[in-house]
Amino acid sequence: MMQLVLTVTTVVLSLAAGGAIIRIARGPSLLDRVLAADVLLAIVGAALCIDMAVNRHLNNLMLLVAVSLIGFVGSVTVARFVADRREKSRES
Amino acid sequence: MNPETFSADTVIDAVSAVFMVVGALMSLAAAVGLLRFPDLMTRMHAATKPQVLGLFLLLFALGLQMRTWWVWPVLGVAWIFQLLTVPVSAHMVGRAGYRTKHLHPELLSTDELEAVVQQAAGKRGFGDDGDAATDRR
Repeated sequence: MMQLVLTVTTVVLSLAAGGAIIRIARGPSLLDRVLAADVLLAIVGAALCIDMAVNRHLNNLMLLVAVSLIGFVGSVTVARFVADRREKSRES
Repeated sequence: MNPETFSADTVIDAVSAVFMVVGALMSLAAAVGLLRFPDLMTRMHAATKPQVLGLFLLLFALGLQMRTWWVWPVLGVAWIFQLLTVPVSAHMVGRAGYRTKHLHPELLSTDELEAVVQQAAGKRGFGDDGDAATDRR
């Protein structure tokens, strides 16, 4: 049963990662790309979880905690800078 | 083997299998939402699914599969930190999106921030243009 679950979740997560990468590639604005990158990070975390659950090890657990701790820094920084850039280009 | 423990094992396996499949489907739902929704705000709505509920389901499945007690606090810490940090980035992205007009105003049912922006613009005396006042803050 675990092998079936692994196959199904691999297919589903691959399709999801493909969709997120398509949105990163053709997102009309920078914020769309940042949001899709966040979703891609969540998909990577989901893949780590499923690998640990199916193979019954805990090697990636600290990586998962670290990702959930500092994963927000990137999108906060980019959101900060996109606000500044658009401001200047609109005022000038 | 005792048939009772065998059936409990099977039930735990089945529950964790269902949780893993549903948690993976959350990621797929987010990807479909990212591809099909029209603007930034609706895409942000779709993007929260794997970050909160999907992660919760997968961590729960992991805790069920490990069958030890000491992993549960670590999994809870991972999920609580995710709950604490996801709103921060969502707030920043949403605010930047609102300021830089990455939204379709005709799709909004209510815009409560617009009244606040107008009021703040009036109070600060930057003139009638509320957008310029909020951008400079």
